[in-house]
This record gives sequence, C-alpha cells and structure tokens, in this order.
Amino acid sequence: MKYWNFRLRLGLSILFFFLIIGFIFPLFHSGNVTEWNSYPSDLLPSSEHFLGTNSIGQDIFWLLCSSIRNSFLIGLFVAILATMIGVLLGLNAGLKGGAVDRVVMLIADTFIVIPSLPILILLGSLTKGSASLFLVGGVLVVFNWPWPARQVRSMCLTLRERDYISTARFSGESTFGILVKEIFPFVKDWSLGNFINTILVAIASESSLAVIGMSSNSNATLGTMIYWANQHQAMLAEKWLWIGAPVVSICLIFIGLFLFMTGQQQYSALRRGK
Amino acid sequence: MKFLKFLGSRLVTYVFTILVGMTIVFFIPRFMPSDPVESMLGQMMSKSSSMDPASVDAMRQTLNENFGLNGSLGEQYIGYMGRVIFTRDFGPSLTMYPVPVKDLIATSLPWTIGLLGISTVISWIIGNAIGLLAGIKKDKVYSKVLEGISICIYPIPYYIFALTLIMLFAYIIPIFPLSANFNVSGFSWENLKTIVWNSILPALSLILTGTGWWVISMMSLSRNTNEEDFVSFARIKGLKERRVISGYILPNTILPQITMLALQMGTIFNGALITEILFNYPGIGSLIYRGVLQADYNLIMGTITISIFAVATATLVVDLIYPFIDPRVRYN
Amino acid sequence: MLEINHVRARYNMLTSFVNAIDDVNFKVENDEIFGIAGESGCGKSTLLKVMYDLLDYPLEVSDGSVRLYKGNSDTEYVETGELKKYWWKEISYVPQGAMHVMNPVTKVETQFFDTMSRGYHEKMSRNQLREKISSYMKELELSPDVLKAYPHQLSGGMRQRVLIALATFLNPSVILADEPTTALDVVVQKDILTMLMSVQKRTKNSMVIVSHDMGVHYQVTNRMGIMYAGQMIEIGPTDEIFDNPKHPYTQMLIGALPKVGDNSQKEGIPGTPPNLKDPLAGCRFAERCKYATDECCRIQPAMVQVGEHHCAACLLLGQNTGRSKHGN
Repeated sequence: MKYWNFRLRLGLSILFFFLIIGFIFPLFHSGNVTEWNSYPSDLLPSSEHFLGTNSIGQDIFWLLCSSIRNSFLIGLFVAILATMIGVLLGLNAGLKGGAVDRVVMLIADTFIVIPSLPILILLGSLTKGSASLFLVGGVLVVFNWPWPARQVRSMCLTLRERDYISTARFSGESTFGILVKEIFPFVKDWSLGNFINTILVAIASESSLAVIGMSSNSNATLGTMIYWANQHQAMLAEKWLWIGAPVVSICLIFIGLFLFMTGQQQYSALRRGK
Repeated sequence: MKFLKFLGSRLVTYVFTILVGMTIVFFIPRFMPSDPVESMLGQMMSKSSSMDPASVDAMRQTLNENFGLNGSLGEQYIGYMGRVIFTRDFGPSLTMYPVPVKDLIATSLPWTIGLLGISTVISWIIGNAIGLLAGIKKDKVYSKVLEGISICIYPIPYYIFALTLIMLFAYIIPIFPLSANFNVSGFSWENLKTIVWNSILPALSLILTGTGWWVISMMSLSRNTNEEDFVSFARIKGLKERRVISGYILPNTILPQITMLALQMGTIFNGALITEILFNYPGIGSLIYRGVLQADYNLIMGTITISIFAVATATLVVDLIYPFIDPRVRYN
Repeated sequence: MLEINHVRARYNMLTSFVNAIDDVNFKVENDEIFGIAGESGCGKSTLLKVMYDLLDYPLEVSDGSVRLYKGNSDTEYVETGELKKYWWKEISYVPQGAMHVMNPVTKVETQFFDTMSRGYHEKMSRNQLREKISSYMKELELSPDVLKAYPHQLSGGMRQRVLIALATFLNPSVILADEPTTALDVVVQKDILTMLMSVQKRTKNSMVIVSHDMGVHYQVTNRMGIMYAGQMIEIGPTDEIFDNPKHPYTQMLIGALPKVGDNSQKEGIPGTPPNLKDPLAGCRFAERCKYATDECCRIQPAMVQVGEHHCAACLLLGQNTGRSKHGN
C-alpha cells in the first residue's frame, strides 16, 4: 500500500468512476438507448432526463452510459488480444533469437509503419458504416500487437545477458522454468503498462474512426455519439450537452488511463527499489 | 560496416512494408461478402440519376478492368502490383471521370506534407525543448506544473482538439473560418496569406496534441540522463550548466527521440487524416474521405496506397538520420 | 596544500541525520601522496567529496571547514563553500567508476576541450588545443590517437588513464582520486599507479588516494590516514603504519594482510561497524576491540602523538585523557 502514489490513486479513481457509470448504471435502464425518437427531442435536463434529450430523441444520459460501456468493451477486447499475441510473439522472438526473431520483428515493424486509419477507413467504406464492432476490434488487434511485442522482445534481449539468468541456466533450469520463474515476473510489470496503453489506443482509434462515420454507426460508442451530434449540427445549434458529454467523458477516461499507466509504472519501479 | 548492415535491414523492412500494405489494400475488398463492383455500381446508381443498362454495363466492364477483377485471383494480384509499381497508375477517378486518380493525389499530397511536416517539426522541437528543461529542473514548481499540463493534453485524441478549436474559434469566437476553403493556384502573397490563415487551426490542433507526447517522453529521458554518472562528472569538472545541458544531456536524449519520431510516423499521419477531414483541408485525408463518401473506388485504392507509401518513406528517412548522429552506430 | 579542520559532515535525511564524518582533522602537504584507507562504509568517499566541496543535497557540512591553499602559498586560501571556482584548475577529482563518467556520444578530445574553459583564457584554435593535449598525452605515455576515439571504443584501463590525464591536464595543485584501481585487473592497476606516481613526481603537487586495498597504499602513498566509522583513527607515514601500527583496528587490519612466506593463522575482525545514525558515546571501535575497557565505551579518544609524525586515537596509548562527546 505504501507504494500507491498519487498518480495511481487519481487514475484509478477516475477509471473506477467511469466504470461504474459504464457498467453498473445501465443495469438500471431498460429499453434501447440508440432508438431514435424514444422521447421528445431537445428537452432540457430534468429529473426524468438527467442530461436532457438530443435532436434525435435519445436520452443523453443513458446513451452516454451505454456508449461508455461499449467503448470500454472495445478497449478491453483489443487490449487483451493484442497484449496476449504481442507478449507471446515477443517472448519467442527475444528468447529464441535468430531467424524467428528477424521474421517476427519484420512483421511487427511492418504493422507499426502502416498507418491503421486508412485501412480502417477502407473497411468502413466497404461496409458502409455498419461494420461490426468485432471487425473493427479485430483490425485494431492486428495493428496493436507489435508494440508489446517489441517491448517484451527488447526486455528479453537484455535479460538474456543478465547474470541471474545465466545463474539459473548454469544451475540446470530448463528454458521454460527460466521463463516462468525469472523472466515472467519482470515482464509482467511492463506488460501491464502496455496493456493499459493499448486500451487507450484502441478506444482512441475506434472513436476517431467513429467520429468520421466509418465505424459501426448504429452502435452506441463515445465516438458514434460525437458523430451523430456532428451530423445534426450540435455545435451550430449550441447543443453543448449532446456533444460536450462524450467529449468530456473521453478526455477524462483517457487522462485516467494514462495516470493509471504511469502510476503503475512508478509503483513497480518503487517496488523494485529504484 | 555496421552502418551498411543498418541501411540494408531498413531497406528490406521498407520494401516489405510497402508490399504488405499494397497486398492488404488489394485483398480486403476481395474478402467482403458482396461483390465490390456490384455494390459500387449500386451506390453510384443510387447517388446519380438513372443510368441506362448499356452505360451500367460499360461501367461494370471498366470497373472490372481497373479493379483488375478479370482473370483468376493470382492474375489479378500480379496485374495490380505490376500496374501500380511500374506505371503508378490507379486508373481514372470514377466520380470525376476521366481525371486520373494520380493527378488528384498529386495536387493534394503536397498540402498534407506541408501541414504535417510543419506541425510535426514544430511540436517535436517545442515538446523536446520543454521536456529537456523540465526534466532537469524536476524539483522546481514550474516543472511539475508543465508535467501536469502535458499529462492532461497527451491522452486526448486529435479529433477532440480539432472539435474544441472549431468550437472555440469558429463558433463561439468566430475568428477563423470553419473549414479551410482556398482555391488558390499560382503563387502570390495574397494567396500565401489565405493559405496560412486557413491552415492555422488545423496546424494548431496537430501541434497541441503532438507537443504533449514529446514533453512527457523527453522529461523522463532528461530526468534519467541528468542522474547519469557522466553528467555528474561534467558538473564536477566545473563546467557551466549551459554546457552541461547542451553538450552532455541534449545529445544523449535527442537520439532516442529521433527513433521515437520514426516509430510515430503512422500515428501522426492518422491524426493528420482526422484533422484534415474535420477541417475540410484539401490534403490527402480529405481526398480519401471524399472517395469513401462518393464510393469512388479507384480514388480510395489510390489514396490509401499512397498513404502507406508516404508513411513508410517518411519512417525510412527519419530512421536513416539516426546513424549520422549516433557515433555508436557509425563507429562499430 | 589542503587543510581539513575538525570537519563534521552528515547526510540530511529530513527525519534523521546520518553522521558520516566526525571531527576529522589533518593536513595534506605539498609534494606528497596521502592515502585514506578503511573498510566499505567508513566514510572515505564522503570525506573526499567534502574535501572537494562537492556538497550535493543531502550531504552537508555541520562543523569545521576545508581550506585549499593556492599554489605553494601558506596564507592565501579558499574555504568550504568557495571551492567551486577552483574546480579542475587548482583541485581536481577523479570519481569512482571510470567506466561511465565520460560522455558516450562525444570523442575523447571534446571532453578535453570542455575543460579548456576552466583553465585557459586565451583563445586558442582547435588545432593548437589538440597540439597541447597531444603533447601532454605523450608525456603520460598515452597515444594521442586516443583523442579521436569514442569512450566505448576504449578498454576500462584506458578510460581510467584518460580520466587521470583529464584530471591533471590543467596542473592542479591537489588531485583527489577515489578508488582509482578498483575493478581493474592487477596488470592495469600497476600501470595506473605508476602513472599517478609519475605525475606527482613531475608536478610535485598533493595527491589524495582513497582505497580499501592496502596494497595500493603500500605501493604508492607517503602518508596514510585510517578511517573507521566516520572518524580518522590513525595518521602517519605509510612505512610506520605498516611496520608499527598503533591503533588496535589498524593492527588487526595490517595483521590480516597476507605476506609471502608467512604461514601464521590470519585473524579476521569480528563484528560489524556501528550504525552512524546513533553514534555511540565512547570509542566507536570498542565493541569489536579485544583491548576495550569500560572507559573505552564511555569516552571518545582524542588523537595522541605516538611518533614524530604519527598519531592515533586510542585511550590505551600513552597519556590519553580522552575527550568529551562534543569534541575538544
């Protein structure tokens, strides 16, 4: 507990706050939040509609809650898959070296260089804005596994030379044993940081895509909320709640994620005695 | 020798990346459940007024040809790659027939390079400068404040900045135009002023987002380097602080930042795309968007392929700067 | 000449103090090599930093001062707090760990050029500078080609030699070296020591060498000081310290050294050095000393003369009435 620094606490608090909004609150609402004209449009905030309603007759508050949940789900989905694949490939490359290393790194570098957005836009154009979130998520996984892979691999390279690995090897540990007992504890701290960063990148990518209408427009995510607001000239019509709510939420969620990531890095550095 | 090895491996990655990119662009539409040509035709027909069956057929032929959908998959692939690599011809734009896609790209690419190039350079320089000083003076108040501000700025995606700036400076306080309209041809001071005036908001949004990341990464780098033995020794020798920073800390921190710049090319490009679309800036981003909206398949294919090519080239260029600055790579 | 006058120094840990140096008092004369010996943690490196006036937080001097006398003067000096102006010109410092103290991305010659601003006010061209440095390197029997190299291209021993050249180039009157031979193999060690001695012989300046390796002191130093738990407990000519150690700690230290042809059983020194946060009332070595008496645990011994230039701090030596906890 004593290593829980300020950043970690602040970041986690923000995230916790939004996780509750995203996952607990919608349990209290029944009905389809994305259905147009469920309610009279352009109502001001009231006890019935906490943030009012928008121009297409949706309740802004419940829409926001669902959007937050879906954005988180996408982020988690992509982060889990990309981190698993990335760590696995990175470990293989770093520990085996040689041809395996070169091939994995070549593929990884390729996907780092190729900008993801044009490809996502290509997908979006072909599916005409009704791509399933799984498809978008899948493509994001393909573009995001190289980052953890690179980091894990470079850690393996330095660890390979480190004394305690040689000691383990000389005392007869099998490669797998070394992997689990010596390398993994070291790697998992860093992987956690990568994991959180990938959540951030995934949500950012999906929402960027959604804002220009290339994602799954019929689903409620923070990005699509902004998209629809834009489509109905929310800024011109000064409907600040409609466009402001998702914008503020995204900013805060990202700040929370980033604080959590750097806070966690500080935590693990302190634990190692730096 | 080490340098040649470095160069060689970078070139291999470069070529491989472009080939893979082009292959992805080639194969994705072919894995779509619906025949892309038919859906293109369908979209075109619904957008324009009626087209008689003969023209539709002719269109289908042209599309199939330009698409390279004639022949087996293998033949198509080879035909496509050959066409693009050797003639760099993406066919005519379907909505602006018969203007070749090549020309459309040629007019819009310079705008993107200009906007991106200038914003990236500015944000890299400013971000690193701030980060360098803030990292060294890590105990002073202003350093912590700067760090806090950067933490709040960095995670925010490009489009939020773009939207906020639009909200603030185009709606609430209408100074700048809502979208960048300039049809300027030829070079004149009037035209230059218009260009700059219209580019300020998009550039500003790119610079703001970019700087955040450089400040944060440079701060932690400079903080760590400041604690290295050779920096303490420089101070022990009695050198002036200015010399310690410029001669010892700066060179050692700027190198990883150059590597980082190479890695970020893709991300920065993504941001530029969004920014161009939101600001209606006449670069390649808007061109892609226009192609998508108008189901202009040739345009889409062409612009996306060029994007991949541009980012790969930019990455290669930055990568190649590195060995010229780091003596450890140059001298074995 | 360097005077260390009743210096007390400590590390300010905010909630407590670690008293690293307690009432250390000695002089380093011109034209001599003074060695400071002791086990790890006894405060020798800290003492060296205090002598150089390198007082980075949390290190602070709480009492006494260090005086650096300019050139061969007996009267002109600067005191603790003002030495920074004379860094590298009148006094230089070679820190521990030569491996990492050079800038990895600049050539060796640039590291020399940097120091020029300290000593030379005339504007010289790069080439002239290079000439000057090359000829100095040759004097030290170092190849001038080293100048064009990057630090990572040099071996550990080479780097240490370059460091010594760097530290002596502006001809300071005092040179402080912290463990100059640690982590180097014996052959290289001998080279380094030879180099140090030849520099000193030529310039006749003062040199202070800190080392836990008694062998180094034996080969190189004229006079020595033995430190224990932050205090200087014996000072004297090196020969005398080795042949006739007076303080029980020194005796055990010398006794533990292997000698060719000596088959006797060697004794280690039992116990560990005391915690410096709460220094003991009496002699700090008392709990490990086999001659300790009750008095030893209560009274701090003062330095007492045991030979012409030889003194030691032990209650059992001659007429020693000790001193109170507050010194003097």
